[in-house]
Amino acid sequence: MIENILAPSVFATCLRLSTPYLFAGIGEMFGQRSGMLNLGVEGVMLMGAFFAHYVVLNTGSLLLGVIAALVVGLVMGVAIAFVNVTLKAEQGISGIGVYLFGLGMSELLFKTLVGTPRSVSGFPPLHIPVLSDIEFLGIGQIFFQHNLLVYVAFALVPISAYVLRRTPLGLMIRAVGQTPEAADAMGINVARVRYMTVIFGAMMAGLAGASLSIALLNVFQQNLTSGLGFIAIALVYFGRWRPVGVMSGALLFSFVNALQLQISAIGIDVPSEFAVMAPYVITIIALVFASKQTEKPTALTKPFDRGE
Amino acid sequence: MTASALVEHQRIDQLQMRGIVKQFPGVLAVDHVDFDVRAGEIHALLGENGAGKSTLMKILYGLYHADEGSVLIDGVESSIRTPHAAIQRGIGMVHQHFMLVPSLTVAENVALGLKSSRGWRLDLDVVAKKLGALSERYNLKVDPNIPIWQLAVGEQQRVEILRALYKGAALLILDEPTAVLTPQEVDDLFRVLGQMTEDGRAIIFISHKLHEVLKISHRITVLRDGRRVDTIPTSTATKSLLAEMMVGRPVVLEYQHQATKRGGERLQLNSVSALSNRGELGLKEVSLAVYGGEIVGVAGVSGNGQTELAQVIAGLRPVKSGQIMVDGKDVTAKSPSELQLLGVSYIPEERMEDGVIKEFTVAENFVLQDHGRKPFISAGFLLNLRAIDSACREAIRQYEIKTPGTETPIKSLSGGNIQKLVLARELSRKPQVLIAAQPTRGVDIGASEYIHHRLLDERQKGTAILLISEDLDEIMALSDRIAVMYEGRIVGVVPREQATLRQIGAMMAGAELESP
Repeated sequence: MIENILAPSVFATCLRLSTPYLFAGIGEMFGQRSGMLNLGVEGVMLMGAFFAHYVVLNTGSLLLGVIAALVVGLVMGVAIAFVNVTLKAEQGISGIGVYLFGLGMSELLFKTLVGTPRSVSGFPPLHIPVLSDIEFLGIGQIFFQHNLLVYVAFALVPISAYVLRRTPLGLMIRAVGQTPEAADAMGINVARVRYMTVIFGAMMAGLAGASLSIALLNVFQQNLTSGLGFIAIALVYFGRWRPVGVMSGALLFSFVNALQLQISAIGIDVPSEFAVMAPYVITIIALVFASKQTEKPTALTKPFDRGE
Repeated sequence: MTASALVEHQRIDQLQMRGIVKQFPGVLAVDHVDFDVRAGEIHALLGENGAGKSTLMKILYGLYHADEGSVLIDGVESSIRTPHAAIQRGIGMVHQHFMLVPSLTVAENVALGLKSSRGWRLDLDVVAKKLGALSERYNLKVDPNIPIWQLAVGEQQRVEILRALYKGAALLILDEPTAVLTPQEVDDLFRVLGQMTEDGRAIIFISHKLHEVLKISHRITVLRDGRRVDTIPTSTATKSLLAEMMVGRPVVLEYQHQATKRGGERLQLNSVSALSNRGELGLKEVSLAVYGGEIVGVAGVSGNGQTELAQVIAGLRPVKSGQIMVDGKDVTAKSPSELQLLGVSYIPEERMEDGVIKEFTVAENFVLQDHGRKPFISAGFLLNLRAIDSACREAIRQYEIKTPGTETPIKSLSGGNIQKLVLARELSRKPQVLIAAQPTRGVDIGASEYIHHRLLDERQKGTAILLISEDLDEIMALSDRIAVMYEGRIVGVVPREQATLRQIGAMMAGAELESP
């Protein structure tokens, strides 16, 4: 029984399911680190998912699909940054707007341009030579038989940690999210840094959508993401604004997901809604018990104004 | 590289600001001001709050943009549109509210916004090394790898100065740099400033403290209401002349301290401890008594427990251990409203946050606490607007508050007038105990003078007054006894007649009171 539930395939599924969380969560983390909350991640993901899927459906090119998702993220990111940074909108409200826009627009486009759910041939599993053949503890199956986007998503974790800690850019992002006045006085263009992080975050959200529609599920339907984007936002808090923290959260929740899939697969009936609820419950519990000594960006959701 | 090569800087022989005008909505903040500074000189910029000193300097540093006027560096017109451009031209600024990121280390704060010698990778070790050479040169010791939030205010200022020097500042603007320092730290700062002028740097020293300006500067420019009153060599200036230039009329600089009969013990604290916002012990076993007809001044560098002390007495911060008594009654865990009924009034240090509600009118703010009591209530639950209005009018007249009317939003009043309203409200309840936290911070000299007279009047009436202030002059001028706080403790209480600035300063830095 236990061997069935904790089979290597469950861990492999867990890593695969982490992909959208990682892309969206790390992207959102950069925005938040600079003081910008984007509650509209889910909306951008849906748009990215639709366009990636639609382009692959029509061209058969996965590369073009990924590019489409990134471009959609870029365009929406510019719009979000314009509203939140330049117009200094209330970020909680504008984010809900972005979500609803993405939800409605992706559905409308889908109904008009595609109609019924159609599957595409998405990113194939990439077996890494030698390593994927390791049978010991199922390591090969767990770690080295994934599609390209899974590897990219996990590679993003150390890269972002390095950028935040060890580069002048990361220093600027952290400063802008903590004390934008100080960054401004040091000659840093606060608005430009925030545009950069918001746009990057939206592009990653677009990619997260693509990872669903052309790698994980290979299909698009209305509300494909069903709350994944919101979970990604919770993961940023859960992970205390650190890439490794976001990854830990992503793995934890994907594991809950994978486990739940496996349990239903072997014939035990658990409502899938539990898996959707779990992240938020766990996050709130984690936040209650987490130490107050964190890297929380103190200027989060606060527009910057010199007061001139 | 040798140490001397590391501390090289640009040179500005002369910087001139000509006909600078800056208009904010509703106020002409800077009105055709000329100002200049030369290499090797300390030029003091003196004026009340709101006189336009900071605005003028923020224009020079590229944070604000002038509506009219020009800046000439060594005779060449220069447009400085951003702080980045200012830094490039060798202008550095130490802001009144330090521009440091608390979670970053000293070296990271210095590296912020600079090009790294390793391109896209940070070079914090290089920064730390160069910083070490600079801090040795100016004897400004600081550990480059410590996060800012762990540093005391004086040390944070050192970081700000070092950072400006690191960026090669040939001209350094210091905005009220002594406000947060002990007298000894002020001496150290002045020594460093002297050394910097010897190196050929130019310094602009913004202050409203006359004795400091007289001590350190070569020339003094006085601003009042956005206009330049005059620029004079320091050798020809006196305290009273400068005060008159700042205020526009002769000012009393010393107060008559009339003898009063010391009354009974009104306020008593018995080893009171409390947590600070950071969750550490911010107040450590403080014992203090204030008698009727007495002003006890609490001196100390900001952040040494004064805020917690005031809040604990006002019922705004939970007491962890110990006991607070008012007129012999234990009031330890009483709520602010219960304390008000027992005759405790409180002038909070954050006037705009804790003293008034910005969006409310003058009248509404006047009855903020008493709106539920007679005579401001009618039929048991309705506001008696007529009574409120007339009481407020009376207060405005009595306290000489400058406001267009009782229905004006309080935020459109000047700091001094807002503080007068808070004072009027708190004194209208005829308190037995008055906690005045930083009562004249950010208030102009005229209003400060008025507030000081009012506090002395209250003392005359037999009120027990606890005056918490970072302004040592204020403490020395008003107090009967002076308590000095350091790291959450009271290190000693000195009668004013025996107190010297030097001794109080040493105690502010933690020295125990020497027994006489």
